[in-house]
Amino acid sequence: MSLTVEQVKERNQDLIKEVLEVYPDKTAKRRAKHLGTFEEGKPDCGVKSNVKSIPGVMTIRGCAYAGSKGVVWGPIKDMIHISHGPVGCGQYSWAARRNYYIGTTGVDSFVTMQFTSDFQEKDIVFGGDKKLEKIMDEIQVLFPLNKGISVQSECPIGLIGDDIEAVSKKKSKEYDGKTIVPVRCEGFRGVSQSLGHHIANDTIRDWIFDKGDKHPEFVGTPYDVAIIGDYNIGGDAWASRILLEEMGLRVIAQWSGDGSIAELENSPKAKLNVLHCYRSMNYISRHMEEKYGIPWVEYNFFGPSKIEASLREIASHFDDKIKEGAEKVIAKYRKMMDAVIEKYKPRLADKTVMLFVGGLRPRHVIGAYEDLGMNVVGTGYEFGHNDDYQRTTHYVKDGTLIYDDVTGYEFEKFVEKIQPDLVGSGIKEKYVFQKMGVPFRQMHSWDYSGPYHGYDGFAIFARDMDMAINNPVWGLTKAPWK
Amino acid sequence: MTQDVQNVVDHFNLFRSPEYKDMFADKRKNFEFAHPDEKVEETAEWTKGWEYRKLNFEREALTVNPAKACQPLGAVFVAVGFEGTIPFVHGSQGCVAYYRSHFSRHFKEPSSCVSSSMTEDAAVFGGLNNMIDGLANTHAMYKPKMIAVSTTCMAEVIGDDLNGFISTAREKGSVPADFPVPYAHTPAFVGSHITGYDNALKGIVSHFWEGKERTPGEKINFIGGFDGYTVGNLREVKRIFDLMGVNYTILADNSDVWDTPADGEFRMYDGGTTLDDAKAALNAKATISMQQYCTEKTLDYIAKTGQETVAFNHPVGVAATDKFLMELSRITGLPIPDALTKERGRLVDAIADSSAHIHGKKFAIYGDPDLCYGLAGFLMELGAEPTHVLSTNGGKEWAVKMQELFDSSPFGKTCNVYAGKDLWHMRSLLNTEPVDFLIGNTYGKYLERDTGTPLIRIGFPVFDRHHHHRYPVWGYQGTMNTLVWILDKIFDEMDKSTIVPAKTDYSFDIIR
Repeated sequence: MSLTVEQVKERNQDLIKEVLEVYPDKTAKRRAKHLGTFEEGKPDCGVKSNVKSIPGVMTIRGCAYAGSKGVVWGPIKDMIHISHGPVGCGQYSWAARRNYYIGTTGVDSFVTMQFTSDFQEKDIVFGGDKKLEKIMDEIQVLFPLNKGISVQSECPIGLIGDDIEAVSKKKSKEYDGKTIVPVRCEGFRGVSQSLGHHIANDTIRDWIFDKGDKHPEFVGTPYDVAIIGDYNIGGDAWASRILLEEMGLRVIAQWSGDGSIAELENSPKAKLNVLHCYRSMNYISRHMEEKYGIPWVEYNFFGPSKIEASLREIASHFDDKIKEGAEKVIAKYRKMMDAVIEKYKPRLADKTVMLFVGGLRPRHVIGAYEDLGMNVVGTGYEFGHNDDYQRTTHYVKDGTLIYDDVTGYEFEKFVEKIQPDLVGSGIKEKYVFQKMGVPFRQMHSWDYSGPYHGYDGFAIFARDMDMAINNPVWGLTKAPWK
Repeated sequence: MTQDVQNVVDHFNLFRSPEYKDMFADKRKNFEFAHPDEKVEETAEWTKGWEYRKLNFEREALTVNPAKACQPLGAVFVAVGFEGTIPFVHGSQGCVAYYRSHFSRHFKEPSSCVSSSMTEDAAVFGGLNNMIDGLANTHAMYKPKMIAVSTTCMAEVIGDDLNGFISTAREKGSVPADFPVPYAHTPAFVGSHITGYDNALKGIVSHFWEGKERTPGEKINFIGGFDGYTVGNLREVKRIFDLMGVNYTILADNSDVWDTPADGEFRMYDGGTTLDDAKAALNAKATISMQQYCTEKTLDYIAKTGQETVAFNHPVGVAATDKFLMELSRITGLPIPDALTKERGRLVDAIADSSAHIHGKKFAIYGDPDLCYGLAGFLMELGAEPTHVLSTNGGKEWAVKMQELFDSSPFGKTCNVYAGKDLWHMRSLLNTEPVDFLIGNTYGKYLERDTGTPLIRIGFPVFDRHHHHRYPVWGYQGTMNTLVWILDKIFDEMDKSTIVPAKTDYSFDIIR
């Protein structure tokens, strides 16, 4: 019944050939390089990545603005992030990413608000710098407790020659050295969200770190760490932080979910940076290593196997107290993890999953599925680079179908042919597959559930995968008389 | 905490456990360098007062929480309403990801749309090659019957020439010589999504009509405008037309593509105005638009072809629906059937039954200009007062029209219109001049939280309630739905405010 690895590889090859047939020749040639099958022992997944999407194919990717405002900067809660340009970008991304935070919105926190310069034709023609200055003045009057401002550039800014750096410097001076960060994340830059992450990381370096120590009174400890690359979607960073604290570490900063500007400023005082989303925040981690000598370690808090390994890996950077702390944490949660697996594994074992997501998830969540006895048979990155595909080799099995920057057409055909028991992808894909009768979970927003990180998160993850796959509705899609 | 496998809790309850609450407090105290609690409370109070309102209304440059989106969203809304049509947005690709997500979150449906994926080199050299390759790929992959092109602000700022680009692409064989590729320039820095609706629809009809001779016939064209209830509304309008025996064409009929069955098949295209009907619509006797401010340019264009055009303002209520039906009857010469008269009577009956609970209540409304107008009219018909009516994309002309509506009724006396304002202005209005209920889209929940004004979700987008878009709000039946949604909230609030045992529950009545 089930195919051998060799048969799977052959099927994948046929399938790729089949989907490529729809394209004009030039496009087929380009897309062929992004589709493949993982071969055991190879150093990467054999696909090309991080190059321009092809016009007209229905890429799932977003833009640099989405990477900067939507991912990196947006969750910093005590700053005001201006979507600088026309109204749309800020409107569509308004509060859509569920970066949870604690704070009084509109007073000392601003994450789920939409601040925009709402560009009009005259701003395009005459430039928007004057307007931007005025906006900053008005922010100071109406939102006096804001701790900083970032300017998130939309497409027109870079095209009309506005000097947002000059405006930011001028206003910062006027407001006694207030942090004002101009970000050149216009949507046409780069090929996806990815460049937006990089640009945003660089602006934290240039406009926050390089402004000197803002909190000299901060007293460090040998156990200080910063969580890097967790956006606290549905509370992920909280479910992670609690474990790090339980093992004896002190989390001095969250980047950037539920983060504050003070946490960013104090991060260079950490002893270790623990990095979850490598894709979006490896840049600042490398910088802190080079400039401040802070080592960084990647970790994975999806599913008990990876959590256990990660806790030990993180602890290995510290003394015995922390190592023992890690073992205590592992022991404390083992019973609960066993109970979760005992309950859900019989319902999910041998079910197959196809993923297409962003950031770290195309590889990071595989272990969590495997803890439940499930198999990931296809995966791909929305905006991954080759170093992501290299890292993926540690997660995927021989014969896994790989699709980089998949097009709407390809994804639909792959799923139609492979018929996985579950697809994990985004909101744009969700309803396509549900119409096809394929169970689906959004793996960006956790389908409005979560957290999925940490031990508490895994219980929710298992429950949610079960409710997706074993939903009685999938038995009703065919009318009995048809 | 450790989870109980028999009762797994997620974010709703997990973070209320003491371990997490302590963790939040510790984080705030030791790492956030936050403002003192007293300072936050004091500032929060200050934002609720008249002084703050004055400062807030003095804003000239900053927009906070606007209730409008950008033009191409409206263009995509129109495009998917035509048979086998895929929207193609020329410019940056991130925009398209946003439109698709936005519609999928509202309709809980797939939303197909492609981008020409312009990047930095296209910013320098123009997006001609993106158009040539993009049209060729879209045509080959998704086998559309029509590709409707619109633009992001990037393409508009660099001045890409759509007409020239599409002609060149056609010459290069991207699409067959006779394949329809209507287009519209839809700059995000002009107007809003309703402007984009207008431009895109004008682009499509003019594509089919330009240079064609009109042979006047008896059919009626109908245009819904940008509408979160398009699925329910267009189906209701068809039902009404069928009851009356009207021979009609709905232009941009997206009621099927955003309501496809889960039967094992994904339909990228479903239903929609056929291209033949779109062509033949030139010969219609008249065109009716349900939303004036969504269709100003389109109706101007249509009027110039010699058709009569009639525009309404999102009619809701007895009188507004009467007017709609009487105009329809006048134009077509068909009588209003008894079945509809009976529906009218049932609606009047329902209003009579319930109006005691609505009469004299104060409402704030925000949304697109036509929606605001229609709902304000209905509220006054119910004896309620639409105290604050705000539209971020409403202009001066709309404000005058709203004021005239207020002036026409004793229930409009204390009402005010706010054109071009945003939801942060609304926050000040609700704080300083409180009302009983707020009507708006999902984002109104932040106003509900901040001001304690109960929110009735009517508008677009509605992300956090499911399936309301399947119900009509137009016609007598649609008005009935609207009435029930308003009443449900009123009764829920009554119960919530009387539920305390031995304190207020004497009014926790079983019959209302």
